[in-house]
Amino acid sequence: MTEALLAVRGLSRRFAAIEALKAIDFSIDAGEVHALIGPNGAGKTTFIHHLSGALTPDSGHIRFAGRDVTALSMHQRVAAGMARSYQITNIFRGLSALDNVALAVQGRSDAGSSFRFWRPVRREARLFDEAHAYLEQVGLQAQAASLAGQLSHGQQRALELAMALATRPQLLLLDEPMAGTGPEESARMVELIEHLARHVTILLVEHDMAAVFRLADRISVLVNGQLICTGTPEAVRADAGVRRAYLGDHL
Amino acid sequence: MAFYRPASWQKPLAVFTLTLLLALPTLLQALDQSFYTGFATRVLIFALAATSLNLVLGFGGMVSLGHAAFFGAGAYVAAICQQAGLGEALLVLPLAMLGAGLLALAVGAISLRTRGVYFIMITLAFAQMVYYLFISARAWGGDDGLPLYERLRFAGVSLADDAALYYLALGALAVTMLLLGRLAEARFGRTIQAIRENETRMEALGYPVFRHRLVCFALGGALAGLAGALLANLTGLASPALLQWTQSGTLLVMVIIGGVGYLYGGVVGAVVLLLLEELLLGVFAHWHIALGLLLLAVVLFAPKGVAALFGKRHD
Repeated sequence: MTEALLAVRGLSRRFAAIEALKAIDFSIDAGEVHALIGPNGAGKTTFIHHLSGALTPDSGHIRFAGRDVTALSMHQRVAAGMARSYQITNIFRGLSALDNVALAVQGRSDAGSSFRFWRPVRREARLFDEAHAYLEQVGLQAQAASLAGQLSHGQQRALELAMALATRPQLLLLDEPMAGTGPEESARMVELIEHLARHVTILLVEHDMAAVFRLADRISVLVNGQLICTGTPEAVRADAGVRRAYLGDHL
Repeated sequence: MAFYRPASWQKPLAVFTLTLLLALPTLLQALDQSFYTGFATRVLIFALAATSLNLVLGFGGMVSLGHAAFFGAGAYVAAICQQAGLGEALLVLPLAMLGAGLLALAVGAISLRTRGVYFIMITLAFAQMVYYLFISARAWGGDDGLPLYERLRFAGVSLADDAALYYLALGALAVTMLLLGRLAEARFGRTIQAIRENETRMEALGYPVFRHRLVCFALGGALAGLAGALLANLTGLASPALLQWTQSGTLLVMVIIGGVGYLYGGVVGAVVLLLLEELLLGVFAHWHIALGLLLLAVVLFAPKGVAALFGKRHD
């Protein structure tokens, strides 16, 4: 059996008296869209923070692409092929959409060192050509020159996705990409993620159940810091524990 | 924020000013005011020191209150070199930059693990440690500082003449401005500016944030060391006063008056502050009152600094 792309073993984290994550075992297979759902405060974002390296666990291990990344910092994990988007839009609002993505391209190790002191970036056509390509992938080619802060909310979410893609990840951690978007924008985002899923493995944290059940190959359910169930959408839908704990009459 | 881009008139203005400054010693001599060549050299040197802080503070977003440590360290390296019989500027100035840069590397390697007010305090603490180290070092003159009995030579030419030292300081400043202007628009400059705005986002894009900050901090320290070595040659003394935290404060005030994050902010601030000091000191002893009023005026009417009045930092 081949090893999972991401394997989490016994991950625990306490904040003072609160056990935010309780001995979580979790894995993502290469190529799948894995959704992580759970009620508010279940620990989903905390979990994502541990995967991306923003927080360190009290105990447990994270293996990614065949190596132990538990001790690696955030930027090292990005270099290893793990990119994330944020629940609250996190872009450089004063820069153009193109500059935002070009910055992401420049950060990649195969794009060369950032310790270059002489040549103006604006003459580095390769960075911007590539940035244009990523903007096109998320449907923002027409907004390349617009300031990121002036884009619509949905466009900003798409821009954030383009920045994550520009790091050329093997695994994309998407923390509520549909948060705050209208129905039309949501529909476009679902299409976009569906399209991306053909090339990259995705962990999707999302509250929009229609989107989750449409996109996910597998779903894991986190309740009070505990992973109570992992399985296909059908299995999760049928799981009595999940129904009791979370889904209630949503289904 | 947006990335730094120079206004279209910046380069012509810089070249024009440089031409004027090249003619200044001759002009002063013709007017029989050669005394002011020394003053002009002092302004150039402080412009360099303030610019080095502006790299750290304005572009790197690191509010350091310990920059004087690197400024003073450069002065002491120059004096110690002379004690050891080294008098060639082409050797001593790089050594001063190396010494100050390595000190900044060490201070930065520890300080940059903290943020915000803790960073301000820890840089201040390190600078005070360096200050007390030097005033207690008898071999280096202790409280009195370490005198330089003669000035450096540049490629064998003595800098004993005030005009010669002036041209060296002008050259050092001009080259620094050219290099920093390039740096600001190159990959490194963009990276540190983006880190200044949002370091977490930059980490999440795969940037080793700490390493970039540290290099920026050390570079600023090295340039401050260059300024310090030049100043020691001008005044003939490596004084512990150069290391004191008030000196860091003066540089900080220069950058704030001139314009944080504007390439020429440090230069403008140094010119304004030192001219004001020179003009007012003769008139009344409490010229700091006027400085206070100026600072108030800058904060109220030009919160981005004097340089901001002439153009936008951002397109």
